[in-house]
This record gives sequence, C-alpha cells and structure tokens, in this order.
Amino acid sequence: MHQVVIANRLTDGIVVFLGREPEWLEGLENCQPAQDAAQAEALLARGAAAEAEQFVVGPELIEVELREGVWVPVKMREAMRSRGPSVRSDLGKQAEN
Amino acid sequence: MYQYDEFDADFVQERAVQFGRQVEDRLAGKITEEQFRPLRLMNGLYLQLHAYMLRINVPYGCLNSTQMRKLAHIARVFDKGYGHLTTRQNMQFNWIKLSDMPAILLELASVEMHGIQSSGNCIRNITADEYAGSAADEIEDPRVYCEILRQWSSLHPEFSFLPRKFKIAVSGSDRDRAVIKAHDIGLRLHKNEAGEAGFEVFVGGGLGRTPFIGKSIRDFLPTQHVLSYCEAILRVYNQLGRRDNKYKARIKILVHEMGADVFGEKVEKEWAEIRETALELADSETARIRGFFAPPAHEKLDDDDSDLAGDPAFATWVEQQTAGHKKPGYTIVNVSCSPVGKPPGDISAAQMDGFADLADTYNFGEMRVTHNQNLVLTDVRKKDLLPLWQKLVTLGLATPNHGLISDTICCPGLDYCALANARSIPLAEKLSERFADQQKQKDIGEIYLNMSGCINACGHHHIGNIGIVGVDKKNSELYQLMLGGSAEEDASLGKILGRGFDEDGIVDAVECVINTYIELREAGEKFIETYRRVGPDPFKEKVYSAPA
Ligand code: SF4
Repeated sequence: MHQVVIANRLTDGIVVFLGREPEWLEGLENCQPAQDAAQAEALLARGAAAEAEQFVVGPELIEVELREGVWVPVKMREAMRSRGPSVRSDLGKQAEN
Repeated sequence: MYQYDEFDADFVQERAVQFGRQVEDRLAGKITEEQFRPLRLMNGLYLQLHAYMLRINVPYGCLNSTQMRKLAHIARVFDKGYGHLTTRQNMQFNWIKLSDMPAILLELASVEMHGIQSSGNCIRNITADEYAGSAADEIEDPRVYCEILRQWSSLHPEFSFLPRKFKIAVSGSDRDRAVIKAHDIGLRLHKNEAGEAGFEVFVGGGLGRTPFIGKSIRDFLPTQHVLSYCEAILRVYNQLGRRDNKYKARIKILVHEMGADVFGEKVEKEWAEIRETALELADSETARIRGFFAPPAHEKLDDDDSDLAGDPAFATWVEQQTAGHKKPGYTIVNVSCSPVGKPPGDISAAQMDGFADLADTYNFGEMRVTHNQNLVLTDVRKKDLLPLWQKLVTLGLATPNHGLISDTICCPGLDYCALANARSIPLAEKLSERFADQQKQKDIGEIYLNMSGCINACGHHHIGNIGIVGVDKKNSELYQLMLGGSAEEDASLGKILGRGFDEDGIVDAVECVINTYIELREAGEKFIETYRRVGPDPFKEKVYSAPA
C-alpha cells in the first residue's frame, strides 16, 4: 500500500501533501509515497510535527495509487481534494488540470 | 432596512478586532487548532475540503447596494472573484485565507455585516419571505419580527450553547415562500376573526438525516408575545433536548418523541411564567423597529402593462420572473442566479457590483437573497422593466427560469464541502442543460428540483417536488431519487423511488419522471398535483423499466 500525508495549510487552508521528499507539496505530481508501514508512520510523525509548528491542520495518511503514471488518492473525497473542484474550470488548480 | 445603532456597530467592530487577535494567536502558535476551531466557527469560518470558507450573514435575506459592493470587493480582493448564495439566504466565500480574516471582518463591520452565529449550536440567521414588504398577498411585513428576533437571539446568554443549531423562519403572506414548516420554529403571520395580526407557531420541522414537517402548536399568538413564546420553546428544548447524541439533538426529534401536544403543553406552561415579563413587546418598540421597514417612496402610478410585450425574450422574462406587488405600477423581480449549465447560486464580483448599481437605479438601493439561491428586487416600476432586463442580460442574470426545472436548489456538495458524499453542482449543471429548452421548461411548468451532496440536506432535497441526494457507495457517487416533496403551505416530504443511479443515470431518470408526468397529467395540473393524484407507482414503473 502506498500512502502520503494530506493536510490543509494553516495560513490559507490550501491542500498540501507530504511524501518522502523534504517539502510539503501542493500537488501529488512530484510526491514520493511511503511504501510500507514504517515509512508511513514516519511521514505521519512529520505531519504531526508540522501541525505542532502551526504549518498544517489535520494531517492524515491517505492511500494513493499509480494511474497512468501519476499518483492519485484512492478515495473519491481525497481525489477531489487533490484535483480541486470539478466545477468552475475557469479558476484555481482545476483550471490547470 | 434595519440600521445599526451605536451599540450594534461597536459590538460588531469589537468582535472583528477580537477575532483578529485570535487569528494572530493561532498563526503565532499561541493556541491550538482544537482551541481555535470553536472561535473560528463562531465567526462563520469553516475549514472545508480545499480551503477556508467564510459564511456571512444576510439577515432575513436583506442587503443594500453598499453591502453588495463590499461583498464584491471581498470576492475580488480576498477570494477568487465569486461568492455563493446559500439556502439560508447567506453569502459564502470558498477560498478565504485565514491570514486575511482580520482584514475581511473589519471590511464587513464597516457595512454592518459579520459571520457571527452563522455556525455553532445557537440560533442561526433568521430567514423570511423574500418578497417581504412588497408581496401583493402579504398580511404583515415579517421583517419587523425577524429583526426583533434577531436582536433577541444575538448572543442570547441562555441559548448560545443549545443541544444543536436552531433555525427560525417567518412568513407574512398566505403563500409560504419561507419554507416555515422545515424549520425548528416556523412563524406564520395571519389575522384572527377580530382582524388582529398574530402568528401560527410551528415547531419541530427540519430536514437532514431525520426529516420532519413542523407541527402547529398554537393557532394564534398575538404578535406582542413572539419573544416570550419563542423563549419558552427554546427553554423547553434547551432543557429536554438530547445532548448525548448529535443525531438526535435537534428539536424535531424531541417534538417527535414527546409528541407535539405534550411539547406544546410544556411550552404553554413555561410561557405562562414569562409572558408578562420584559419580553412582552411594547407597541412603541415594535413601532420603532417597523420604522426601519417603512415602504420606500413609491410613486403614484397606473398599473399599466402595455410596455411589457414587444421583444419576445423580454416578454418571456417578464412573464416568468415578475410577481405581484402591493402598489399599482410596481412589480417584484426575481433574478435568477441559476443560469443553464452553471453552478446554482454562484455570483461573480462583477455581477455583484453590476447588480448593486441596478438596485440603486431601480430598487431604492436594496435587494434580497432567496433560499432558492437567487436574488430579488422588490420594488421595481413596471415602466423600468425593459432597461432593467437589458442590463441584467449584459450581466448574465436574465435567465427566465423562476420556478422552472432548471432553477434548482443545490448545495456545494463534494466539490467544496467537507461533509459531502457526492457532488451535486455538476448534476445541477447537467440537469439544467438537459432541460435548457425554454419551451420545454414552460411546458413542464412549475416544479422544484432540489439536490444535496449528503443526507444533511442543505440542498433541501426532501422538500423538492423532485429531490436528489448523493451517497457514497463503495467509493463511488450514487444518487437517490425522491418524489413528492413540497416546501410550501402544503409541505410534504419526498419519498425515495427505488434504487439509486450514477451521475448519467440520475439525469436520465429525472427526464423519465418528467416524461411520465407529461403523459399522466390532467389539464392545468402541476407536477406535484399529478404525483399526489397518481402516487409513485407509475413513475417507478417507467423509471425502472428502462434498461439499466
Ligand atoms: S448537504 Fe451535505 S454536502 Fe451538501 S452542503 Fe450540506 S453537508 Fe455539505
């Protein structure tokens, strides 16, 4: 199972992801998911630390899978959070999809 | 419109400054999210799927043009250029930064607006008939009592931590445009045999997970007792409402479990104790508040409709969007914010600014937000309809679909809402496209199509003639179809027709329901009337006999 941490950034609420690379990312394109339970636990610990440092809110592990060479969340709700709304395609990150 | 006195203005300003400090504390790490969450919710700030969402109260749907321009400014400077009109007659912004909140609240306070009590287990924004003050069928202006109730319920110390949220609606006309029977308290102004105005009081209505139609517990409450009686209801609820289970905590469950008669008796008993206290409205106080809602300076006009023909598109719009006014020569104008193929209730900053200008030019500087996520101009001279329509066309606000199938009520659903199971906006877009043909819509006639992205029912699906609710079935969106709901005087709850559908399937199913209605209807029969006459079976048969 592949997992990343998802959260909202505290200052603006924007959805961010944490994989094995050092930074939080706004998209999953360059995210390297945890590949086992130990890696996932380490990611979640980093998420909790970022929450304690007031960088993010509500970090949690989510499952992702590779679809056509891109990591996407397995659950519909998290997929929506990663893509942006499916409406108003003139605005925001959904306009870039 | 009501105008803040010094106390109101100071209070809202102070709250803006206070919340500004709380935001700073949060950003500086002095308080945790757990500590901050109730504070932000008290100020109308939610954390949704993609960002923070700010809900701004529009008291009983009344806005002036200065306030609308301020909302446009907030949309433009602090959001992505648009806002969203909600079924509680409020405005929501979906892309607010926490760090901008102190500035936004000060901006709002400068025009007598805020988000206080737009969330939490308190008395929420009181809603009313959007035609209040102008409707031809009006008995008395409900805004007077809405404002009295607003002042009473704002920061009411006893009712700030109720078992659950609490919603009140007031109607002043024979026709219920305020959905009063789907509220915790619904108040219907009417006159008794002596010709005095009073309220019929409904309690325990509500939608959500366990929907109920409100029950009448008093036929006639003299208007001066409206506060003491509501206080008595709230006291009984506050004391006996369940706090152990969030899903059973609304007053509707209490009324249902106890029985409306027993609940009513308890209210009467409580009321007997408090009716002759300071809560009894003095005539002078009611008159003072009534003064804020004095009719605008209407001219003496002939009721001349001769200019309303001409351009067929204009004539169609006039026929569909205008409603009867008390004063000759004036009309009420419904302005659709549900254009075909677009999210219902979304309004851009440019539209807000443009509409504010139109309100200044044609409507004494005021406007209303409706629970149907549209706008209303209540006092337009009939002779101004043509230039008004031309400008609305330019603004993209002239869709002639009031009360027709493409004028849907639709909650934000999974596109924005953290509680959603399924998307609702794309469905509303597809359905309005499927039924876009004006002639077809006219032929279908008056019908209400409501949809929600989960059982919380912010999109009022239970009381749509056709209701749709999204559920999450094994990680995919499934839509259930309900028929037979009504939001009006004859309020009723829709019933699920059968198994659910995927996104394309539900659009086809709705079309099948409509075609079945057209086959079955008798002359002049509306959808809801046909449904009530024939029941669900003919619809079920057609919808489920089509290949899956
Ligand atoms: S009905 Fe559900 S999905 Fe729609 S806005 Fe309400 S909570 Fe969100």
